[in-house]
Parts: sequence; structure tokens; C-alpha cells
Amino acid sequence: MENLFTQAAGVPLNHYIYLSAIIFTIGVIGVLTRRNAIVIFMSVELMLNAVNLLLTAFSVHSNDPSGQVFVFFIMALAAAEVAVGLAIIVMVYRNTKSIDINVLNRLKW
Amino acid sequence: MTIEQLIWLVPLLPFLGFVINGLGRKSLSKGLVGIIGSGVILASFIISVVIFFSLQGDTQKAHEVFLFDWISAGALHIPLSFLVDPLSSIMLLIITGIGFLIHLYSTSYMHDDEGFGKFFSYLNLFVFFMLLLVLGSNYIVMFIGWEGVGLCSYLLIGFWYTNSAYASAAKKAFVMNRIGDLGFLLGVFLIFNFFGSVEFSKIFPQAANMLPGDNKLVLITILLFIGACGKSAQLPLFTWLPDAMAGPTPVSALIHAATMVTAGIYMIARSSVLFDLAPLTQHIIAIVGAATALVAAIIALTQTDIKKVLAYSTVSQLGYMFLGLGVGAYTGSFFHVLTHAFFKALLFLGAGSVIHAMHHEQDMRHMGGLRSKLKTTFATMMIGTIAIAGLPPFSGFFSKDEILAHAFQSSPILWGIGVLTAFLTSFYMFRMMFLTFSGKYRGTHHAESHIHESPAAMTLPLVILAVLAAIGGAINLPHVFGGNEWLAHWLTGAGVAQHELDLSHSTEWALMGTSVVAAVIALLYAYTKYVKGAHVPVADEAPRSALAKLSYNKFYLDEIYDFIITKPLNILSKFFYRIIDNKVIDGIVNGLGWSTNEASKGLRLLQSGNVGFYLFMMVFGIIALLIYTFSYIL
Amino acid sequence: MEQLLLLIFLPLAGAIITAFAGKSAKIVSTVFSVVSLGLALFIACNFIPNASTQFEANLPWIADLGINFHAGIDGISMLVVLLTNLLIPIIILSSYKHDYKNQAAFYALILFMQTGLLLVFTALDAFLFYIGWEAALIPIYFICAFWGGKDRVRINMKFFVYTIAGSLFMLMGIIYLYLQNPAHNFEISAFYALNLDAAQQGWIFWAFFIAFAIKMPVFPFHTWQPDTYTAAPTQGTMLLSGIMLKMGIYGVIRWLLPIVPAGVQDWSCVAIGLSIIGIVYASLIAFTQKDAKRLVAYSSIGHVGLISAGIFALNQQGMQGAMVQMLSHGINVVGLFFVLDIIISRVKTNKIEELGGIAKAAPQLAITFLIIVLGTVALPGTNGFIGEFLLLMGVYNVGIWAAAIAGLTIIFGAVYMLRMYQNVMLGKTNELTITFSDIQGSEKFVLYLICALIIVLGVYPKPLLHLTEASVQHLLEQVNQKLTSVK
Repeated sequence: MENLFTQAAGVPLNHYIYLSAIIFTIGVIGVLTRRNAIVIFMSVELMLNAVNLLLTAFSVHSNDPSGQVFVFFIMALAAAEVAVGLAIIVMVYRNTKSIDINVLNRLKW
Repeated sequence: MTIEQLIWLVPLLPFLGFVINGLGRKSLSKGLVGIIGSGVILASFIISVVIFFSLQGDTQKAHEVFLFDWISAGALHIPLSFLVDPLSSIMLLIITGIGFLIHLYSTSYMHDDEGFGKFFSYLNLFVFFMLLLVLGSNYIVMFIGWEGVGLCSYLLIGFWYTNSAYASAAKKAFVMNRIGDLGFLLGVFLIFNFFGSVEFSKIFPQAANMLPGDNKLVLITILLFIGACGKSAQLPLFTWLPDAMAGPTPVSALIHAATMVTAGIYMIARSSVLFDLAPLTQHIIAIVGAATALVAAIIALTQTDIKKVLAYSTVSQLGYMFLGLGVGAYTGSFFHVLTHAFFKALLFLGAGSVIHAMHHEQDMRHMGGLRSKLKTTFATMMIGTIAIAGLPPFSGFFSKDEILAHAFQSSPILWGIGVLTAFLTSFYMFRMMFLTFSGKYRGTHHAESHIHESPAAMTLPLVILAVLAAIGGAINLPHVFGGNEWLAHWLTGAGVAQHELDLSHSTEWALMGTSVVAAVIALLYAYTKYVKGAHVPVADEAPRSALAKLSYNKFYLDEIYDFIITKPLNILSKFFYRIIDNKVIDGIVNGLGWSTNEASKGLRLLQSGNVGFYLFMMVFGIIALLIYTFSYIL
Repeated sequence: MEQLLLLIFLPLAGAIITAFAGKSAKIVSTVFSVVSLGLALFIACNFIPNASTQFEANLPWIADLGINFHAGIDGISMLVVLLTNLLIPIIILSSYKHDYKNQAAFYALILFMQTGLLLVFTALDAFLFYIGWEAALIPIYFICAFWGGKDRVRINMKFFVYTIAGSLFMLMGIIYLYLQNPAHNFEISAFYALNLDAAQQGWIFWAFFIAFAIKMPVFPFHTWQPDTYTAAPTQGTMLLSGIMLKMGIYGVIRWLLPIVPAGVQDWSCVAIGLSIIGIVYASLIAFTQKDAKRLVAYSSIGHVGLISAGIFALNQQGMQGAMVQMLSHGINVVGLFFVLDIIISRVKTNKIEELGGIAKAAPQLAITFLIIVLGTVALPGTNGFIGEFLLLMGVYNVGIWAAAIAGLTIIFGAVYMLRMYQNVMLGKTNELTITFSDIQGSEKFVLYLICALIIVLGVYPKPLLHLTEASVQHLLEQVNQKLTSVK
């Protein structure tokens, strides 16, 4: 464990930024291109976690624990969101037998 | 008792009469209403007489009586105050004196009318406003009376309001008066702006120091004259007066002959200082007056309604008075106001007596031969007719000749028109008398048996007025007849401008001779045509010569006004309402709403329901915002 | 201070109690409105007629934003406060013959509106003014929407959107002034003291003017008005025409003139021009109206045009004329609408041509109606004359042509008013009007009261003129002082 920490601390900040940017971009592209609601949902989680990673990294970098506190907030929030979101998707599926978002276009004028 | 202590009673009493009769019009008996209505006017008359004589014995000729502050705003202060001077004191006598006689007459004339109480309360209210008009010490108090009498005129013309033609006549009178009133108001604004006050006592001394022909003065006087045109029925605003005959006959006598319509002359005589300094306005007044006198006289030639003849005659005589004002004969005009009040009130009341006897028949074609049945009425009306025709020695002769003499001095053309009018006047007046009183009776036999002379309450005023019409000329007897022109001297005390005649006595005699001869010729012509020839005017629809048609149809003035004013305004009104208001302005307003609606209809298509598209737009938006925010780095 | 707070919030308390009063709502609301009137009279008696602001209340409200509950009364406010508290009981009394559904709500809304109006008329804090401005709009919206006549939904929507749109311009102006204000508060005195250049004043003038012009309404912002007056229940129309349009006039006097005098000076010719066009235009339209209520609505546009022209003439006569005419117009127009309400509710038609001869059947109504008509056409001796005379005199100082055209109102007014009077009251009775019954009970009381006010104020207007004289003078001095300092 000790070793892991020191190793992690040795990773330069840039790398964290690159990594989370990549993960975030993957999330965005996933949201934009996929049609399956569950996959989109997972992509959103990916984006959230990219941000979490960045928050943690900066928190360690600047020796300020409040960043990590926010990460916990976000995780709690994400959990709640998943619960509600999945419930909606389940309901949608029960009603339409599909979770393809292109089929779900009835919510309009 | 001094004048200051008495004067407020003069208008207050008629006002009390109005209040009592107005509130008690249902509960008070007719007798009581008549006594109260006439009594208050009589009391006012007595007080006016007292005031008149105490003013005569007084060295101070003008008394201002302050009652209370009415309007004050900034530099403008308008007190409600009265001015008692020779001019207003004479007007007080005319209004209350003739007013009383007409009230007395009405107690009998209106006796069977269900609106008896209402009638007397209106009549009292009229006297109240008329007294305010002449007593006001500034233009605004005068204006209260000015519009107040207009209101009473409206109420009394439309007295029998269930007849919608009468109600329309009342409305017409009010509106035409209002046109003049706007001129009056603007004139007053100009006066305030120029002199810094609306009080007579502040304006006239300032004006006296000004040069004649000042532009502002010309404008002021023209505007005031427009006001006078409305009230005193001059061209082009006279058409309301003949229609005003819809009112009960005593009203025509009091309001539309003796008092209210002379308010314009009173106002100009009061402001003679201003008018004297505006020669341009004077020319206009003289021309308008002469034209009105002539036009109205021509119309009167062919009228068949006895009251209409008298109405046009009134317009014509008022034109005379304006002609007098225009040529600077302020005293002459005022003198004519006085004598005209006597003989025209007399003629109207006489006509009322005839109408009363004929059971509300006013068409002269159905009269005739009434002389033997209505002896008093005939005799008194004859005196009135001679007076108005300008035959000596009755009052009309003196006042008319004073105006004509001044007109001659100013311009022989104006004098010529005056003499021509005098000729026409004499003709149509005798025509009216002969058609009514001589020849054979032309109505139904049944009606003939009911014809009877009116009761004493109606004939007494006739007799009194006849006496006044006969001898009234004495108060301003000219030097030619060895008189001393008492009225002229008296009015000097009120600051009424005087212009001495610059004619030799022989010229004066010649002028008088001419007009008397003209009148006599007209009398003889009327006599041959209507008594000897027993001519009766043709029925309405019968063909007439072009000139007679023009005269009979009042020069089509009503139709012309209808065509050039009423119709276009109505069309404009509908155009404004239907097109401008509903289509253009409201169209723009609704168009704004509509276009918002349409825009949203287009925009809502973007909301296709495609979640992928929403997400794309969201990300696009975020990126766009980021670029915008950090664009300074790039 | 306590008196002022009581004055403002008593009607609100009344509204709340009335809302739960059920069947006795009429009585309860009457009591509250009469007590309010008494209170206003008490304040007026203790009011010293000078230029100072009296009975001032200044309480912190939202301190962080510099918003205070700051209200007070000077001569100008006093007059409109009196007008409001005088007309509300009259309006409530005038509804006695009606049995509105849900009457508790109806009367509660009227009293609620009174509080909004009083806030507008006493506020010395721009935020408070704006709150009052909108608070007065809400109840009238519901009154028109629930108790209105034909086509009320569409008409009401238009009215609401129109006025709100105007208000937003004003809000924009207020926020701008707030941001310019170094003290960062909404105090009117701080706004007065601002030094804005001509361009700023120009656009703030328009922001405020549009709001006020819509409320009054001034040509060409008037098209909501005839429809709304016609469709609203009579009491709603009375509230709108009698009191609410005075909000616009009051706004011009209190908030527009002293804050942006240079803007006013630059644009006053446009404002006066629009007002005068409005006078002639609306009067002409009134000529041929067939609907009596609509006729009075257009006549009201004409009269308000004269008031607005008189104010923008920026002189003592015009301004005081406007003050008097605000009160007179309120009384007269309420009287007119009440008479029309009496007639329309009996014969069930508002078409002028179908009526006639009512004077025969109802002489008392005929007399009172005539007096109100005469007041409206400004006959000397009635309250209308004092106002119109001073206003025309004020307009005259702008130019004689302006006065001559504006003065057409006295001719045109006589034409359409007498035409209406003749068609409705005179002539022969017909089958509609033959059974017409004369006024009685509350109708008699209200109409006699209105007629008495018309005549008393016309014969002895001095107390009114005296009440406002010092404040108006002070206001004009302020404006002139600021104008000279800008130059």
C-alpha cells in the first residue's frame, strides 16, 4: 500500500489530466453516438468519473482534501441518479419494449 | 344698503328659485311654483332698480365685489367677483325686468304643461346664469354664465324632449355654441398670456396704452368675436337659432330674443377698448354683421312658421347690432340690444299668444283674420312690428338709425346693405302681421270657434312691453331731435368707447328719411300683396322660383354644413375606428403577438423528440460557450 | 408613519377577512373601504399643504440590495390617495344590485387592489413602486377574467400582456438607474440626484414613458382599452378607468419628469403630439360608436390625452390642471359607467340606438346622468371645467395651435356625449324602455354622491388646488433646476 501511494504520487499531474480528458471524451462520444439508453447511461457515468479522477488528482496535488470530499458527494449523487435513471429506463422498456433512444421521440410538441 | 351689500342677492334669488322649484317640482302646487318662480325674479328686479338708482347718484361708477377665490394656479388667480357699473346695471334691468314679465306670462302659457315646475326651475336657472354673465368682473366668471346660459338654452329647447327633432335642435344649439366657446376660451388664454390677468379692471387700462392694430390684439379680438358669433347666432354659426324655436315660446322670447343671444354684443361692448384697437377685427365684424343681417332677412321673407319668421328676424337684428359694433357704434348697438329686447320679446310673446289661441298651430297659412278675436294681441304686436320696421317715433327707429348713421360714416356700402335689410325687415314683418291678423280665417271651422284672447297674465306683459317698445327710444334720443343721448353718457362711465358722429344734421336727416321711406314702401308693398291681393304662401311642395326656393330652404345652409362637416367627420370617425384603430394599430399590436406565435411554431420543430439530437445540441452548446468564454486566449 | 402603514395595509387586512366572509362579503368590504376613506380623510386633514413629504415610513426590507419599504405622502400623493379611497367605496356600493358568483373573492380582490394602488401612490422606493405597480394588476386581471363578459379570455390576455410588456420596459429602466446609483439603493431621492447624460435620459424616458403611456393609455398604445372596458364587469371597468389609469399619470409626474428632465424636454414635443392626436382621434371615434360602454371608453382616451398633454407642457397650470382632472375624471367616469351599468342591467342591451325615452320613465336617473355628462363635457361650474381649463391653459403655453387642437375636445366632447344622452334618455320610449324603473336605494345614494362631488368641486375647487400647489411647484422647480444644471 505504502508503495502504491508513493508511486501514485510520483505520477505527474499531466498524466492524470490526459487520462481524465481521454475518459471524458470517450464518455462524450459514447453519449453522442450510441442509441442504447443503458450505454448512454454508462457513458455519462464515465464522464462523471473522469471528473472525479481529476478532482482527486488536483486535491492531492494541492494538498487540499476538499476536492476529495466533493468526489464523495459526486459518487453519492451518481448513485442516486443511477437509481432514478435505471428506474426510468426500466419503465420505458416495459412500456415500449425498447430502449433505443431514437424510438423514444414522443416527448415533443 | 350699499351696492356691495345688495348685489349678490340679485343672482342668488333666481338661484334659490331654481333650487326650490327644482326640488319641489313634484310636491309644490302650480300656483306656488309660479309665485316663487316669478317672485324671485321680481325681487331681483326691484334690487336691480335700487342698484341702478344708487349707481346714478354715485360718483364712483364701477364697483367690484369680491366673493371668493375660485381658481388659482401659479400666476393665475381667478376670483369669483362681480362688477357693477353702468353697463352691467342696465343689463341687470333688462334681464330681470323682461325676465319677470316673461315669467309672469309663462305662469299662464305653460299652465297646462305637466313639466310646469321643471320649466320654472330651468327658467330661473337661466336668469341666474345670465346675471352671472353680465355681472362677472373677469372673463372667466363671464364664461361661467356664458356656458351656463348655453346649458339652460339646451334644456329649454329640448324641454319637450320626447320629440327627438326637438332634442336634436337642443343638441345642435349646444354644440354650435361650443364652437364659439372654444374661440372665447382661446381668446381668454391669449389675454392672460398677454396682460397677465383676466380681470377687466387690469386688462383695459393696460390696453388703453397700446397702439392700434397690434397683432396680438387683433388675434384676441378675432377669437372673442368667434365666441360672440356662436352665442349671438352670426354667420356662419347662426343655424342653431331658428331650430331653437322648438322650445316653448316664452323661452324663445327670453333666451333666443331678448337676453342670451345678445350676450355676444354685451361682451364686445364690454371689451370695446380692445376692439377699438383692432381695426381689422372691426372690419370683419362689420362685414359678418351686415352679411348676417341681409341673409337672415332674405330667409325670413318666405318662412311660413310664425316663430321661424321671428327667429330669422332676430338673427337679422343681431346682425345689425354686429354691424354697429363693427363700425364703432358701441352705444348704438347696445341701444339696439335694449330696444330689440323690448319689441322682440313683445313680438314673441304676441306670437305665443296667437299660438296659444290657435291650440299650438304655428303655420301662418292656417291663420288669418285673427284681429277681431285677439284685439290686445294684435294691437301690441302692431306696435312691436312698427318698432322693428324702424318707423318713427317708436324705439326701433332711433336705435336702428344710430347704427345706420355710423355705418354710413364708415362705408356707404355697409349703409346700403343696412337700408336694404331695413326694407326687407319691414316687408316680412308686415307680411307676418297681415297673414296672421287680416283677411279671412283659413283654419278648420272647429278650431275657429275655440279662438279666444289670452288671459290677463299673458296680455299684461304684452301691454307693458308695447309701451316700452313705443317709448324706449327716448333713452338715447339723438341731438338731432333735441335729445341729450343719455345712454351714451351713461355708458361712458363703464368705459364703453364712444365715437361721435361726424355728420351734418342735414345728412342725418337725409339718411333717416331714406330708411323710413324704404320701410314705408315695404309696408305698402306687403299691404297690397297680402291684404289687397289676399295672397297666401304656397304649400311646401309647390314649385317656387329659384330665389324663393333658396330663401325658403334657408340657402341650404344646413344641408351644406351636413355635407362639408357632419358627413366627413362621421366618415372619418368610421374610418379611424374600422381601419386605423382596428386594422392598423390593433393590427400591429396583434401582429406582434401573431409573429411571436409563428416564430415559436417554427422553433418548436427543433424539439423533435430525438434524444440524440438534444444531446448533440447540448454538447455543441457547451463547446460553443467554452469557445466564447476563452476566445481571448485563441 | 403608523397612519401611513395603516392606510396601506388596512385594505389588505380587509381583503383577507372579506375572502372568508362568505355571504356577508359585501358588508365587510364596504365597512373596510369606508374606514379606509375615513382614514384617508383624517390624514388629509392632518396634512400640511406644503412641499414636504409627510407621514413618512422608512423600514429596511431587503437590506443587502438597498431595498427599503419607503413610503410617504406629499400633495400630489395625497390627491391620488384621496381619489383611490373615495372611489373604492363608491365602486363597492355600485355593485350592490349585482349578485356576483363567489362574491367573497370578488370583493377581496377589489380591496387587495386598493393596497396595490396605495403602494404605487405613496412609494418613495422604486422597488416598492414596482411591486405595487404589478400587485395592482393581478386582482384586476382576475376580476376581468372571472366576472367579465363576452370574449373575456382573449381580451384579458391582450390587456395583461400589453401592460406587462410596458412594465418590463419600466423595470429595465429602474434596474439601470439602480446600477447607475452610487449608493446602490432604490431611493427616489437618489434617483433624482443622478447625473445622467442626454442619451441615457433619452432612452430611460422611453422605457418609462411606454409603461406609463400603455397604462393611461396614450395614443397609439390604447387599443387594449376599449375592448377591456367593454368586456370587464362594470366594477372592473370603474377600477381600470377611475383609478388604475391614474397610475400612469402619477408615474409620469413622480418618476418620469424629475428623474430624466432632459429626456422629457427632448421628447416632450413627441409626447404632447401623441396626446393631442389621441384627443382628436379618440373623440372622433366616439362620434359613431354604437356601444355605450365603448363610447365612454374612447371618450376616456380623449380626456386622458388632454391630461398627458398638460403634464408634458411642464408648467404650473397644466400640472395642477392634471391633478384636478385626475380626480374629476375619476369621479365622472365612474359615474358614467355606473349609469350605463344601471341601464344595461335593466334593458339587457348596450346598443345606443335601441334605447330612448328613459328620461320619461326615470326622471331622477335622467337628471343625475345629465349632471355627470355635463361634468364630462366640462361645463363651467362642474369639476370637469376646472381641470380642462387649467390643462388647456397649460397646453396653450406650448403653442396656440396645440391649445386650439386640444381644445377641440370641448366641442367633440359635447357632440358625442349629448348624442349618447339624447339617444339613450330622450326621444320616445320604446318597448325596451317602457318598463324602466327609476333608481332607488344604493343606486340613488351613489349617483347623488357623485353629482354632489361634481358640483361642489366645480364651484369650490380651492381646497384641491391648494392641496397640490406647493408640491407641484416644488416638483417643477426641481425639474427646472436640474435642466439648468445639465446645460
